[in-house]
Amino acid sequence: MSTGKRIAYFLGLPILLILVWWAATLGSTNFYVPTPGKLVETFWRVWISNRFFTDFMPSIIRLFIGLAATIVLGVVLGVLIGSFRWLRSLFEPLLEFFRAVPPPVLVPLLMLLIGINDQMKIVVIISGAIWPVLLNTVEGVRAVDQVLSDTSRTYRITGMARLRYLVLPGASPQIMTGVRQCLSIGLILMVISEMFGSSAGLGFTIVLFQRAFAVPEMWSGIAVLGLVGIGLSAIFQLVERRVLRWYHGLREVQRDN
Amino acid sequence: MASTNSRMPSRRVTGPLLGAAGILLFLVAWEAVPRLGLVQEKFLPPASTVLVSLGQYLGQGGFWHDVGETMTAWALGLAISIVAAVVLGLIIGSSTFLRRATHSTVEFLRPIPSVALIPLAVLLFGAKLESSLLLVVYASFWQVLLQVLYGVADVDPVADSTARSYGLGRLARMRYVVWPTMLPYLMTGIRLASAVALILAITAELIIGSPGLGYQIGLTQSGGAVVEMYALILATGMIGVLINVGVRILEKRVLKWHASVRSEVVV
Repeated sequence: MSTGKRIAYFLGLPILLILVWWAATLGSTNFYVPTPGKLVETFWRVWISNRFFTDFMPSIIRLFIGLAATIVLGVVLGVLIGSFRWLRSLFEPLLEFFRAVPPPVLVPLLMLLIGINDQMKIVVIISGAIWPVLLNTVEGVRAVDQVLSDTSRTYRITGMARLRYLVLPGASPQIMTGVRQCLSIGLILMVISEMFGSSAGLGFTIVLFQRAFAVPEMWSGIAVLGLVGIGLSAIFQLVERRVLRWYHGLREVQRDN
Repeated sequence: MASTNSRMPSRRVTGPLLGAAGILLFLVAWEAVPRLGLVQEKFLPPASTVLVSLGQYLGQGGFWHDVGETMTAWALGLAISIVAAVVLGLIIGSSTFLRRATHSTVEFLRPIPSVALIPLAVLLFGAKLESSLLLVVYASFWQVLLQVLYGVADVDPVADSTARSYGLGRLARMRYVVWPTMLPYLMTGIRLASAVALILAITAELIIGSPGLGYQIGLTQSGGAVVEMYALILATGMIGVLINVGVRILEKRVLKWHASVRSEVVV
């Protein structure tokens, strides 16, 4: 496909949709839907201001701390549980249960246990987002190729070296699947944790706008959350392509054969 | 071989036993921590108190009414998003032009967290079932749509050409070639979506105040009824487990003929 065609495919439908939106709101005075121009103008006024430092950045920092802790904890615990059969049997039903608890119900619980502060918000993110990482790591570690495992044992590759060169790379495709799922849950929980008795942050701000019936401002907040989601998934794809380059290469070779 | 055979039964027995031991251990720890005063009982009531409260809930009509509200939002939202995603997925997936043209838009809309729509839902519908539905449908639709698109793209070209040369029409090919190829993907999508749908149904109740279990949890929290709050949280977890188990059974049934399930049975 030529570059021009590719760009046309990439931009065609979005431009069409924006045109429809613009045409539909052109003559109307609908209270709920702002025109595209108004939204962009509001977005600029509301978010490229002090609010960027008081509401946007703290939320994003909490999100990243929470996600980093989630991934580290999830992988460490997952490798541990996945490596020992008896640990896995011991924890399996418990983990099944904890995974099934809808994470937002933990917000009132953690508010009670920790209080309303930054730690609570970070713990909320960890407590909800860790399960996909943990369970996928367990599965990945468990399913490490038997031949590779036997071979490395024959060569007396044990301990940290085994972990570094066999277990982690072998489990990494599964781990990355878990990480991808944990990103969207983490973002959801970041927003929800700020909607409860908070006085700053993205979640708090859009609810504030909605309560004040500041509709264009509210839409601009929704747009910010959308952009954060898109940014996160873009970062993930970059990282995944780097980490799993060997894996995608391998798959391609297998497919060609 | 003989050694693995002799070890198999013991392993099959010890697995569930260890699992039960794990649950027991957890409950004992939960009972001990507040009893020993490591955490105050008003923040973490002992397990026995919470389980008794859960038992009381299970005997109350009001509790089951709330469960019904939550499950209605879950089931209705999931059904809407599955039907919409399958129809749209089949249409988009079977045309290269549509697939290319919609790719950027789908990738743009998909990562938008559905909780971002909470204020919109409040403005449009208020604390009603429709608010829950909006969030549930938005969250689960993308999960299913993406899997359907993968599934349709996975159709074996040889199978498709064969069906064509036997004179199968568009609809017949959809039914006998595309649908069976897509089904495993669709089931994966449904499995992911059913978990997400429960999260969003509860979230909508908790934050917007649509009727249901989430709303009750919010009430117990603001009313300081800590024991009841823990009991209700346990209840939501159990609903989640039931949904997961149910979907897995459904998946096995629907895909009985598929290699991925058959091999599990053989081994």
